[in-house]
Amino acid sequence: MAAIYSLYIINKSGGLIFYKDYGSAGRMDTNDSLRVASLWHSMHAISQQLSPVAGCSGIELLEADTFDLHCFQSLTGTKFFVVCEPGTQHMEALLKVIYELYTDYVLKNPFYEMEMPIRCELFDINLSLTVQNERVALLGR
Amino acid sequence: MQFFGGSEISPSPPAPTASGNNAHMMYVFNRNGVCLLYREWNRPLHTLNAQQDHKLMFGLLFSLKSLTAKMDPTNAGKGNLGVPQLPGQGCSFHSFRTNTYKLSFMESPSGIKIILVTHPRTGDLRESLKYIYNLYVDYVAKNPLYTPGTSIRCELFNTNLDQYVRSIA
Repeated sequence: MAAIYSLYIINKSGGLIFYKDYGSAGRMDTNDSLRVASLWHSMHAISQQLSPVAGCSGIELLEADTFDLHCFQSLTGTKFFVVCEPGTQHMEALLKVIYELYTDYVLKNPFYEMEMPIRCELFDINLSLTVQNERVALLGR
Repeated sequence: MQFFGGSEISPSPPAPTASGNNAHMMYVFNRNGVCLLYREWNRPLHTLNAQQDHKLMFGLLFSLKSLTAKMDPTNAGKGNLGVPQLPGQGCSFHSFRTNTYKLSFMESPSGIKIILVTHPRTGDLRESLKYIYNLYVDYVAKNPLYTPGTSIRCELFNTNLDQYVRSIA
């Protein structure tokens, strides 16, 4: 049983820079994940235009029939979103932790080029640890 | 009392109750993307003209539906992104939330889409949307003077809808 199905990170122009699958049926291929990521980027922008009140910063939670999608946008426009089981709690906190990992292990990596796909070993290791811990915590709750 | 043909679609006065009116606006689309009804209760911000706004809303729902159908993690045999789907086919969604509003969405088997935009803290509105769909069936679909596919101008529907939406906490 997987509480978290997948994680995406997209840069400020809608390009997918990181995608990790944690056991969803029918894993998406590279092309599909790129398409889905840029589609999410546009939907996020359109939802801001349709707001009835000023000051909207885009979709935070999308509740579908079989999954929940939690999205966090950093101040620089990088979007982190996680696909999880319906009703999973504490996903906002997890996204903030992932953002922290991103700033620590990706942005502070001197070999990382901004807006390019993330290939940092330390980020991968720490991310798996975090998600693993999150799963253990979810089972315990 | 005039039963049919009331054409006024002006915003209704604010709710007299102290709990306040939670709902911002509502859309009803048919399966071709024609906006049958647009009702507005509390919308301080208009970014586009009405027609463009309806088109953008329908486009957003259509694309979000193809996104959720493609993303569905419980189903391995999905088609390509954007493959045409009948109402009820594929994984759909029932709501999304931003920091300023919550949008609840329902699609009937005939492709009627009901969209209700409310305060972000509103709870699950799936049952309320079903009730609104029942109102639609009773006052619009059963109205002999209503031609399917044209905009809804039934006074009874509008009054009942206003009354019901005001009662949603």
